Amino acid sequence: MTIEELEQIAKSVCQENEKFDFEVNVCMDLACSSQGAGQLKDALVKAAEASGKNVNVRRTGCMGPCSSGPLVRVDPDSTLYHHVKADHAEAIVNSLGGAPVPDLQCDLNEHFDKQVRVVLENAGYIDPEKIDEYIARDGYKALLTALTEMTPNGVIHRVTESGLRGRGGGGYPTGLKWSTVAKASGDIKYVVCNGDEGDPGAFMDRSVMEGDPHRVIEGMALAAYAVGASKGYIYVRAEYPVAVARLTAGLRDARRRGLLGNNICNTPFNFDVEIRLGAGAFVCGEETALLASIEGKRGTPRPRPPYPAVSGLFGKPTLINNVETYANIAPIIRNGGKWFANMGSERSKGTKVFALTGKITHTGLVEVPMGIKLREIIEVIGGGVPGGHTFKAVQTGGPSGGCIPAEMLDVGVSYDALVRLGSIMGSGGMIVMDDTSCMVNVARFFIEFCMTESCGKCIPCRAGTAQMFTLLTKICTGKATMDDLELLESLCSTVKEASLCGLGQTAPNPVLSTLKYFRNEYIEHIVDKHCRAGVCSMETSAAEQKEVLA
Amino acid sequence: MTAHRRDNCHGQVWPRLVRIWTEKKPGTVFDCDPLASNREGTVPAFTPPPLPSDDKRWKIVNGTMRKNGFARHALIETLHTVQSSFGYLDDDAIRFVAHSLRVPLSQAYGVVTFYHYFSLKPPGKHTITCCAGTACYIKGADKLIAAAEKRLGIPQGQTTADGKISLMTARCVGACSRAPVVLRDGEVMGEVSSEQVLEQLERWAVE
Repeated sequence: MTIEELEQIAKSVCQENEKFDFEVNVCMDLACSSQGAGQLKDALVKAAEASGKNVNVRRTGCMGPCSSGPLVRVDPDSTLYHHVKADHAEAIVNSLGGAPVPDLQCDLNEHFDKQVRVVLENAGYIDPEKIDEYIARDGYKALLTALTEMTPNGVIHRVTESGLRGRGGGGYPTGLKWSTVAKASGDIKYVVCNGDEGDPGAFMDRSVMEGDPHRVIEGMALAAYAVGASKGYIYVRAEYPVAVARLTAGLRDARRRGLLGNNICNTPFNFDVEIRLGAGAFVCGEETALLASIEGKRGTPRPRPPYPAVSGLFGKPTLINNVETYANIAPIIRNGGKWFANMGSERSKGTKVFALTGKITHTGLVEVPMGIKLREIIEVIGGGVPGGHTFKAVQTGGPSGGCIPAEMLDVGVSYDALVRLGSIMGSGGMIVMDDTSCMVNVARFFIEFCMTESCGKCIPCRAGTAQMFTLLTKICTGKATMDDLELLESLCSTVKEASLCGLGQTAPNPVLSTLKYFRNEYIEHIVDKHCRAGVCSMETSAAEQKEVLA
Repeated sequence: MTAHRRDNCHGQVWPRLVRIWTEKKPGTVFDCDPLASNREGTVPAFTPPPLPSDDKRWKIVNGTMRKNGFARHALIETLHTVQSSFGYLDDDAIRFVAHSLRVPLSQAYGVVTFYHYFSLKPPGKHTITCCAGTACYIKGADKLIAAAEKRLGIPQGQTTADGKISLMTARCVGACSRAPVVLRDGEVMGEVSSEQVLEQLERWAVE
């Protein structure tokens, strides 16, 4: 495969597409599929055939606003239809060339206006299983340009210049990580993609792997070229069967096209990727645990140093990045580091994909420039809290993150700002809670999660989370005293300081952040035996106690 | 064949280990190895054990191991193949995989029990999986789970006595925007109510 051949493919796809008068794109991501997008697509194909119109019905990845699904976008007019059922297929096809179907048309301009799409630029525009469609949207151009015109150091320099930081949550500068691996001695090096999106409530990595798998593969190939690796592994959760299938198909097609394998683009660069399935262990999102799991062992972390960059998979220097990090690489190489660095805030560059879920009007995937205010994400893009309820908190960073209250919503989103608020960026889950959620119960939910997901290797995490869970259960059932609260707080700092890996070190965050902003609720549970959200069932509520006394 | 291998692992393993330690012959493998008696003192090419039965699914399992060159790091991959072929992992399967990949039985069992995805019990004819991720929890997944537990009379993670329905929970299936989510035999259903869950269970019960 050469650049000329790549351009030839892109050209022929464009010519093919120009033959059609209309394009009907059907979102077939998990959320839309669960609402019948599969039948809808079949009905659209049938209706298009029957109408005799020149229509291309295409399956695409996630378009974003999942709560409005199943979604259909008709091009060239970019008319977006929401809540489309199979019965609507005929009406949509009949409307082609005329006025759009009024009942189905949706106005989500506010939702899209504030978004900037880099990682999700192809989502909703290409069929994930057609490599040629990816190539037609400048796919693999970055890889071939880098291989023929840039040195590995040049690639690293561009990534460093972009200011990209790891999108898995930690926010370690990607360029720095790459140069460490590149400098590490050893003839065999590995590139690993962390697709173990264990963080409940986050699904952006799934969406990228399912909707645009080649973007991840291209990012990995560029990384391999930069650090001098020739073998890559993608570690995907087994709970994401579609992502596994799409990546498998993507790797096969890339090999057939000569974009993976030996002597890629007639250069000495060899690279291939293998898929490894996770098996349902949250701790495997931690890099050393993930490597142990790829080696076929129990996914337990080990102390660092040595860091994986020096001694990682099978004892060799290994580069580990998250799916979204790799998905950012190709556009950075294509458009330059400065282009990327122009977006975002001072210390957090570029864009971030968030999975907006919970008690919010427009749930789904959004991609926003860093530095945007949380309030804009929730109230403008997300459309606010529905059903007349009031906003209480937004939870970011999953079980390792914290709850951010309403009064902090004017903070711009960045790695450092979220840490200052007692939360973390995490992989990008954003769960909105309203007045029907009890913050103590939420904290208990996360501690229960960490307790069951603790691998058991170090005591502070294994025993500490279990004790924290017991204390929180006591509070939630109205059996706790103020001494228990004190004990809980001291336990939080012990677990945070003394745990071996990120899971334990961040496990107290949900408790600490709710204690910081919603201490009143804890005290109400303990002193008044009252849960204002009505979630926790107290053994004997204060009202009942009075009755008993009377 | 199965019985023979069992003997080797449980009945004779200690005397064998003692013998290996005292004789210190190079190249002898410490694993429970059915072919140990044929290979002492030499380092012959490793011959994987024969398939446990004529069941065609074992060939699929063997295929995964062969694709990975019978390397030890293929353990989790192979266990995935076993589970997707047989529905669960039984003793014979774990033993077969461990022997084929020359992984100690203790390690294989450790891996199987470490990861939630692997199951040691056969699943029911139908499986209902309630997602217990954060978004689903906020939208009331606990009520769905409680309703299903009450209807089936079993706690989550178990199968009804007649082997018809398994009730499982998942940590997050990634369809959070449609929470609460339930998987009906692996098929995702979004924005599910307790009534819908009970209706589905009713339908399966009369099948």
